[in-house]
Amino acid sequence: MSWTRKILRVNLTKGSCTSEALNMDWAKEYLGQRGLASKYLTEEVDPKCDPLSAENKMIMATGPLTGTMASTAGRYSVITKGPLTGAIACSNSGGYFGAELKFAGWDMIIFEGKSDKPVYLNIQDDKAELCDGSHIWGKSAWETDDILHATYQDPQMRIACIGRTAEAGCLYAGVINDKHRAAGRSGVGTVMASKNLKAVTVRGTQGIGNIDNADSFFESTDAGKAVLAENAVTGQGLPAFGTQVLMNVINGVGGLPAHNMRDVGFAGAENISAEAMAEPRKSDGKPNLTTNAACFGCTIACGRISTIDKTHFSVKDKPQYHGASGGLEYEAAWALGADTGIDDLDALTYVNFLCNEDGFDPITFGSTVAAAMEMFEDGAITTEDTGGIELKFGSVEAFVAVTELLVTGEGFGKDLGLGSKRLCEKYGRPELSMTVKGQEFPAYDPRGIQGIGLNYATSNRGACHLRGYTIASEILGIPVKTEQTDTDGKPELVKAFQDATAVVDSAGLCIFTTFAWGMDNIAPQIDAACEGDWSVDNCLEVGERIWNMERLFNQAAGFTANDDKLHKRLLEEAIKSGPTEGQVNRLGEMLPKYYEIRGWSPEGEPTAETRQRLSL
Amino acid sequence: MKIAIEFYASLMKYLPPGGKRFRRDLKVDDGLQLQPLIDQYNISAEEAHIVLVNGHFVALENRADRVLVENDVVSIWPPVAGG
Repeated sequence: MSWTRKILRVNLTKGSCTSEALNMDWAKEYLGQRGLASKYLTEEVDPKCDPLSAENKMIMATGPLTGTMASTAGRYSVITKGPLTGAIACSNSGGYFGAELKFAGWDMIIFEGKSDKPVYLNIQDDKAELCDGSHIWGKSAWETDDILHATYQDPQMRIACIGRTAEAGCLYAGVINDKHRAAGRSGVGTVMASKNLKAVTVRGTQGIGNIDNADSFFESTDAGKAVLAENAVTGQGLPAFGTQVLMNVINGVGGLPAHNMRDVGFAGAENISAEAMAEPRKSDGKPNLTTNAACFGCTIACGRISTIDKTHFSVKDKPQYHGASGGLEYEAAWALGADTGIDDLDALTYVNFLCNEDGFDPITFGSTVAAAMEMFEDGAITTEDTGGIELKFGSVEAFVAVTELLVTGEGFGKDLGLGSKRLCEKYGRPELSMTVKGQEFPAYDPRGIQGIGLNYATSNRGACHLRGYTIASEILGIPVKTEQTDTDGKPELVKAFQDATAVVDSAGLCIFTTFAWGMDNIAPQIDAACEGDWSVDNCLEVGERIWNMERLFNQAAGFTANDDKLHKRLLEEAIKSGPTEGQVNRLGEMLPKYYEIRGWSPEGEPTAETRQRLSL
Repeated sequence: MKIAIEFYASLMKYLPPGGKRFRRDLKVDDGLQLQPLIDQYNISAEEAHIVLVNGHFVALENRADRVLVENDVVSIWPPVAGG
């Protein structure tokens, strides 16, 4: 086994911390992290509950490989019912927190109830206690991290916490760990704030000593690392250029949404690309990109560490932002940049710093601002609403100003914290929210790239590229190139990516390994570490089971096939220019086939036969 | 005829002098095909992983026959990914 077989249950209402045995029958069916924690959530939480009530639970979970020597095995996830969507939420993060939780001897922490005052959870190996958090409530995630590290005087202590944005009620606040890694999407940090839980500190000294077959594990993880090192993407491209290398690719193929998805293609894309991040700037001759960085145990090291031009207006009088910190990833650069029409690399890096400092999702935030900008230009929002800010597409100063308002929920920042769905409803323009199930689209336009549209429409946590990254095949030719504007074969492609991703997310590995690894590289590592049958076929069945379990939770929460849809703009407003001119997403050609191969009814519900086959 | 070539990411090192960022305008013979153009820079098939002409992907097996025309923009990436 490589599960610790121990769960920490924290009842915030009672103030108690208790240890209980992991349900090993469930572990064999759902693996760990995303899958296994979702199983606990579906068993213990009413799908119809208010996500921000004491009835909801929040689980921080590792996978069986988390903390081991497998490459990228530092992941952990936060699983809950999400306040942005009302659907099941699972946000995955790297850094070092997940491995440390494992070293302390815990597979997962289940938080239930609600504390009547701010608290944080302190874990030192087997010992866990809730501590008064009133002195850190109201502090940013960065300040909280500094204060708690100073308190315990242990630089190896790892901290996951929320910032001020979550406290202010922003519906897409995340949980920040190690200062700039984030369980970012769907508002999992907002749930944490609703429980008056500010932070989790963890120090573990027990290591990982329970690999099922150590010889086989050494062999399979070594082989996996060799594959990553020799692969051009994971061995060279990602460490050198990071995810931001996609900015020019996706713009080049006619797949980059811009201006609240009103347009496809952004003239300023090259100014905010990976190539631009490496160029020396005029003021000090240094590039935006300082270095790359790796999470625990990662042999890819795609992370970006950046600096902002000290003379830039956004940080001119703010020396606290003059150091190097977590830089722009592709999704953030797109949402904060192309979608708002802004190509100022320093401004975007500053806003990205704020996303980390106070814990909010840059994809949803950027998209929400973009929707607000479209409403401002249409007159639905005025300077009276924004407090005098001229919130037009491309306005850098306005963007920085509203970001600073969002952090503390002041003025128009409170409105922006609603996310685009509620914001657009509030201002009478619901059709301008670019969302699926209430969550904003990522950085690939489904008009120009058909399969990703089907993945967005069916993603269990709302629009999300990471649930089934068909871009790998449709644009990047990994593992094989498929035609981006074709719909043939896309239902099968989407299902395959969705099921495989559920396995990776549940093992404790990073999804970026799959640019080089297939399931035949991954399954042997799981099989060597864990007792039981972890053949390729069984792993894929586990992935399919997890997908269907999430679907059933959402179904019980009230979601139907009517929620598997794309925005009218993407189905009816053809791309106006560029290589994908004239395209719309043809979801109707793909969705029935997708339901069929999933073993779902035409109404999108897993049939009795499918549930029986997957033991659901 | 005039065309433009773009080399991205690690291929930027192949950009001829006089280019800007990752793009260089070129004068080439009429009727030049795509693969011979790529060959001029000694870029292997593995390195020229994503090749676009005016934003449209051209698969490896079609590059030899693809005739370039005036104002075409050829964009080349090595294997890359993100997300």
